Amino acid sequence: MLNTITTTAKTKKKKQYRGISRATRVMRNLALWIPTVVMAFMIVLAIFSPWIAPHDPTVGKITDRYLPPAFMEGGKTDYLLGTDQLGRDILSRLIYGARISLSVSLLAIAITASIGTVLGIIAGYGGGRTDAIVMRVVDVALSFPGLLLAMLLAVAIGPGFWTVVFALSLLGWAGYARMIRGEAMRLSQSDFVAQARVNGASGWRIMTRHIFPNIINSLIVLMTLQVGMMILAEAALSYLGIGISVPTPSWGSMVSDGRANLDNAWWISAFPGAAIGLVVLSGNFLGDWIRDKLDPRLRQL
Amino acid sequence: MSNIVLQVEDLHTSFFTRAGEVKAVDGVSFYVREGETFGIVGESGCGKSVTGLSILRLLPEPAGQVVGGKIIMEGKSLLELNPKQMRAYRGKMISMILQDPMSSLNPVYTIGDQIGESVRLHQDLPENMVEAEVIDALRLLRIPSPEMRAREYPFQLSGGMRQRAVGAIAMSCRPRLLIADEPTTALDATIQAQYIALFEDIQEKTNVAIIFITHDFGVVARICDRVGVMYAGKIVETASTRDIFKNPKHPYTKALIQSVPQLDKKDERLFSIEGQPPSLLRLPKGCRFYPRCTVSMDICKEQEPPEVKIGENRSVSCWRVK
Repeated sequence: MLNTITTTAKTKKKKQYRGISRATRVMRNLALWIPTVVMAFMIVLAIFSPWIAPHDPTVGKITDRYLPPAFMEGGKTDYLLGTDQLGRDILSRLIYGARISLSVSLLAIAITASIGTVLGIIAGYGGGRTDAIVMRVVDVALSFPGLLLAMLLAVAIGPGFWTVVFALSLLGWAGYARMIRGEAMRLSQSDFVAQARVNGASGWRIMTRHIFPNIINSLIVLMTLQVGMMILAEAALSYLGIGISVPTPSWGSMVSDGRANLDNAWWISAFPGAAIGLVVLSGNFLGDWIRDKLDPRLRQL
Repeated sequence: MSNIVLQVEDLHTSFFTRAGEVKAVDGVSFYVREGETFGIVGESGCGKSVTGLSILRLLPEPAGQVVGGKIIMEGKSLLELNPKQMRAYRGKMISMILQDPMSSLNPVYTIGDQIGESVRLHQDLPENMVEAEVIDALRLLRIPSPEMRAREYPFQLSGGMRQRAVGAIAMSCRPRLLIADEPTTALDATIQAQYIALFEDIQEKTNVAIIFITHDFGVVARICDRVGVMYAGKIVETASTRDIFKNPKHPYTKALIQSVPQLDKKDERLFSIEGQPPSLLRLPKGCRFYPRCTVSMDICKEQEPPEVKIGENRSVSCWRVK
C-alpha cells in the first residue's frame, strides 16, 4: 500500500516536472530555431543569389514600374514582391541585398573583433601605462559620432563597399577592447596565470594560451549580438547614400529608394525594411541564446 | 653531506608604495641541500611568500624589487640572469606550488595538456615522449589511472586530485628545487597528512630540495629537516626541526611553539602572543620583536641583535642568547 502511494506520488511529481519543462523547452527551442533558420536562410540567399534570384537586380523594365506584389490586385506573378520605380524586381534585389548586408557586417565584425581582442588582451594583461593609453584611445573612439565619421570618409574616399566596412570598423573595435580588457584583467589576477608564470611561460604564451581561450565565450556572444548592430548600421549608411553605391542593391538603399512613394508603392520600402528587422532580431535572439548557454550563472534559470 | 642547491644570502626585498618603502624581506639568509626540506615559518605578512617570489623573480613589478643580496642556485646567481634565462629556470630548475592549488588549473585545458605544456616549454621532446612524461608525472604524484586522468578537465577532478595535478605540473620537469607556499592551508586535516606524506615520497624518489613555506608548526614537525623562523622580514632563528622543538632559543620561536595546541595539556588556556607585528613601513630601531617580547632588556630597544651562530647548523638573533 505504502509502496503504491509513493509510486503515484513519484509519477505525479515527475509528470508535473516534465510538463513544466516541456513548455519551457519548446519556448527555448523556438527562440533558438527560428533565428537559426532565418540566419541560415539569409546566408544561403547571400551565397547563391545569382541562382536563386529570378531577375537581374540592377536592370529594370521601364514598362513594369511600380508593380505591386503578386498577391495584390494588379500584381504579376513574375514579380512576387513587386517592382520599384525603375521596374526592377524587388525580390531579386532583396536576395542580392542579403549578400551585401551579410558580407559587410561579417567582415566588419571580423575586423573589429580581431583588433579589439588583441588590444583588449594587451591592455588587460599589460596593465599600467599600456592599459592607460589603450583605454584612452577606446574612450575617444566610443565618444566619436560614428555617423559623422562615416560621412567624412564617404566624402574623402568616396562611397562604396570598402568605405562602409572601413567606417564600421574604425570605431567598432572599441567596444570589444573595453569588454575584453576587463576579462583579461580579471584573468591576469587568476591563480592559473600565476601558476603559468611560475612554470616559466612568457607573457606572449600566457596571453595566447591562457587568457585568450578563457575569453572566447564572451567574445562569441558579443560578436553574435553585433551582427544585428552592423546590419543596421550598414542600412543606415546606405539609406543616407553614403554606403553601397547604386545600382548595387543594399537593403538600406532600397528603403531609401521607396521613401518618396510610401503612399502609393509602400512595398518598395516595406520588404527590405522587414528583411532588416527580421535579420537584426534573429541576430539578437541568437546572441542571447548563446550567452545564456555559455554563462553558467544563467544556466540554472 | 649532499650539495647545496640554493643559497640565499642577505636578501632584501622592498615594495615601493606611495606611503614609502615597505621592507618585506630585510636581510634573509638560508640554504637548502639536495633532498632536504627547509621550512620557513612565520605569521601572515612576515615576508615568507615574498621570499619565495624573490627567488623566482616574480615579484609584482615595478612596486616590488629585490634591493640587495644574493640568490645562488648551483653556482649561478639568479639575480644576474636576463628575463629569458630566468624563464628557463622557472618550472625547469625551480618549481613552485602556489597558495591555493585548487584554482591554479586553467579550466579550459585537460590535466594532461597542462602538465604537457610545462614539459614542452622546457624540453624539446617528440609528442609521444611528452605524453609519457605526463603519465610519469601523474604517477609520481600517485594519481590513480593516470592515462584516464590526463584526459580529464579540472572540473572533473576532486579537490585532492586537483591538488595532486598541480603537484604533477610542478614536478613534470624534475626540478632541483620546489618551493611550496602553504600548499596545505586549504586542505582538511586528513588530506593534509596524505599530501605531506606524498611530498616526502616524491622527495625520496627525486631528491628534490624543498622550501616549505607555512605558518603551521605542526606541518613543520612532519616534513621539514631544518626550519627558519621569520619575523617582520627577518629570519630570527634557524635550526634543525628537532632542535627547534626541543630547545627553542629565540623568545618568538618559544612563543610560537607554545601557541600550538597540544593534546596532553587539556584544560589550559592556549598561549597567545600579545600585540601585533610591527609595520614594515616603520620598523623599530632595536629588535623587531622587542614590543611583544616578555624577556626584553634595555639593549633590545636600542640596538638590533646580531646573528649568533651556535654550532654547525644553528643561528639565533637575540640579545639573550650568547
